[in-house]
Amino acid sequence: MSTQKNNLDVRKTTIDDQITSMPMPSSGTLLSSSNPVEEDTALLKETFKEKYKWGFVTDIEADSAPPGLDESTIAFISAKKKEPQWLLEWRLKAYRHWLTMEEPDWAHLKYNKPNYDEIIFYSAPKSLEDGPKSLDEVDPALLETYEKLGIPLHERAALAGVAVDAVFDSVSVGTTFKDKLEEVGIIFCPISEAVHEHPELVKKYLGTIVPYSDNYYATLNSAVFTDGSFVYIPKGVKCPMDLSTYFRINAKSTGQFERTLIIAEEGASVSYLEGCTAPMRDENQLHAAVVELIALDDADIKYSTVQNWYPGDENGVGGIYNFVTKRGKCQGDRSRITWTQVETGSAVTWKYPSCILLGDDSVGEFYSVALTNNYQQADTGTKMIHIGKNTRSTIISKGISAGFGQNIYRGLVKIMKSAEHARNYTQCDSMLMGDRCGAHTFPYIEIKNKTAKAEHEASTSKIGEDQLFYCNSRGISTEDSINMIVNGFCKEVFRELPMEFAVEARRLLEVSLESSVG
Amino acid sequence: MTTPLLEIKNLHASVEGTEILKGVNLTVLPGEVHSIMGPNGSGKSTLSSVIAGHEAYDVTEGSIMFNGIDLLELEADQRACAGVFLAFQYPIEIPGVSTKFFLKAAVNAIRKYRGQDELDAMDFLDLVEEKAKSVNLNIELLDRNVNQGFSGGEKKRAEVFQMALLDPLLGVLDETDSGLDIDALKIVAEGVNKLRSPERGFVVITHYQRLLDYIIPDFVHVLMDGQIVKSGDKSLALVLEEKGYAAFKPCGCSCGC
Ligand SMILES: Nc1ncnc2c1ncn2[C@@H]1O[C@H](COP(=O)(O)OP(=O)(O)O)[C@@H](O)[C@H]1O
Ligand SMILES: [Mg+2]
Repeated sequence: MSTQKNNLDVRKTTIDDQITSMPMPSSGTLLSSSNPVEEDTALLKETFKEKYKWGFVTDIEADSAPPGLDESTIAFISAKKKEPQWLLEWRLKAYRHWLTMEEPDWAHLKYNKPNYDEIIFYSAPKSLEDGPKSLDEVDPALLETYEKLGIPLHERAALAGVAVDAVFDSVSVGTTFKDKLEEVGIIFCPISEAVHEHPELVKKYLGTIVPYSDNYYATLNSAVFTDGSFVYIPKGVKCPMDLSTYFRINAKSTGQFERTLIIAEEGASVSYLEGCTAPMRDENQLHAAVVELIALDDADIKYSTVQNWYPGDENGVGGIYNFVTKRGKCQGDRSRITWTQVETGSAVTWKYPSCILLGDDSVGEFYSVALTNNYQQADTGTKMIHIGKNTRSTIISKGISAGFGQNIYRGLVKIMKSAEHARNYTQCDSMLMGDRCGAHTFPYIEIKNKTAKAEHEASTSKIGEDQLFYCNSRGISTEDSINMIVNGFCKEVFRELPMEFAVEARRLLEVSLESSVG
Repeated sequence: MTTPLLEIKNLHASVEGTEILKGVNLTVLPGEVHSIMGPNGSGKSTLSSVIAGHEAYDVTEGSIMFNGIDLLELEADQRACAGVFLAFQYPIEIPGVSTKFFLKAAVNAIRKYRGQDELDAMDFLDLVEEKAKSVNLNIELLDRNVNQGFSGGEKKRAEVFQMALLDPLLGVLDETDSGLDIDALKIVAEGVNKLRSPERGFVVITHYQRLLDYIIPDFVHVLMDGQIVKSGDKSLALVLEEKGYAAFKPCGCSCGC
């Protein structure tokens, strides 16, 4: 195990003050390390194979747009959703901007770029044509799908203490516990519904955190987004239950472009969970989501993701391209945004949930476990932009690579001139299994205020033969030992997850690492 | 004739192509304590790792029988379940895994192998408390991650505690005494002595004869350059102490060969 510790107190750079759009360069960095692995281990002999039991397809009649994208596709989507003119115009503005953009290639990723002419940008079960109905009227085939995924939607059977919005391809199937939440003034509904029911809120906040011109995928999303969740927590309200959205891609050749917007007013707090799965297919499917969070004074948003999109097979065929823009703004003083993610799925992941720490004393946190097995690739991390005084951020990243998996941590900590006494702590650990996988870390640190401090720790370890032998020598099987060691490695992240999600995350890691021993 | 607990014959083992063990022979009967002494680098830890089944070591020749079964046929975890315990010279740290959780998994894996019911949390804690007492181990250590933040002495004591907990037939102690002060040494030795029984056997590897004042061995063997060059009773340890290992070199001289 090699450990580097860098205390970076004050570093002056000459970088512009651009904050909303934050491209990450792939060169010219302050700190960069790359840790390819060379040695052999006995573990190498074991093949990690994966069982993906969420890979079934629901046979349901769908209403889809023809493949490809032009202004008429966007008009089609907008018409399907009976959107107001301003939103259609916003979409078209994004689309026209997108045509001028280049797909980014600075990430440490190798894949065939999606062919946008072949993607179906809108697909919805026919039975949901007129938008989501009450859960009693929803097509049983859809309810069954979610039942099979372990997400019962009938409130009788629904997960205790969790309200669920279920998004199937391009539309929401239904939302549980809506009435109960309304009693305390919380709005939790599909964003397509919010556009109609709460246009003033949507108009006020949509695209303010992630502007339509932000980056290639976010711009595409702005043009074609279909569904996603909308959450509004009024002043002083602590959300009485966890809110969650379960995303499911079902139809072939479709892309999923969901958009989520969460607003926590002064003193409000909410814990939001997100889960996702897709059928097993030989083709790559695109998922390009945008999530925007806004926390006002003393508000607290905890956003947890267990990402389990289909990762492709053991030869790297198929799987989801997960190109996601997630950003939160701590607008108010003493506000807090926490991103926790467990990324086990997808063929390719490109994702940097970020925090803009504008309010004084605001706090941003990022806890991440990313696992890549077989030919999966993940380029993920976060950006913490400190603007307010005494802002604090914590980054804990755990990357696990097995098989031919490539795991990249990319993080930016930017402390602006105004951010007196800002603090950042970053810990970035990589674990390697076998000698054909890779782990790389690209931490960028820019500090423009002398009173600020950023601390960075990084380690790379191979799942030690010695650790395995020690466990074995106490009677514990190799498979159980690997699970134990990996779980221990991820502990600091798992303890940030709500209970049921932590259990789910642990189970997912076990399945993803299932090894044929001996 | 009693079945030997451990019967090693002409054992050759190498790591990364270099032969370290060059024909070791050793027979331990139930109830016996054998001590193996030898200078640094003579292959003591290699021998204990090979007995416990570390995959990095290739056995190129010879055999190891354990209680009538071919030990070399078993994986390391199966050997532990069958009753082999190795107290590590350098116990390994496992970040994020609590010692209690780790040991419960170990106890239950072994119980399952032996056809016993798994222990529930309460019974497990009772067992832990009882065994911790026998080596004066601060039970709070068990809430820490495996061997993390343990002092050198605590690590060694924790190894003996684990041995008591897992109840093996054969205990191999690899320099469990090194790095201990005299009080800690006495505690560890006492813990081992309590485990001595007519069925159980021990291989006690040590660099110093000091430990053997407290764990009295039935036999002492001198391991040099991958071979046992001399065996005797406990008085051999005293001779070693007096004359040093040089006197046992195969060539008999005290040169550096
Ligand atoms: N994993 C290993 N890789 C390379 N050499 C090793 C390894 N383990 C042991 N050795 C070598 O084998 C010899 C014996 O080591 P060891 O068994 O640890 O001796 P002792 O425990 O008697 O001090 C030493 O020369 C050591 O360097
Ligand atoms: Mg040794």
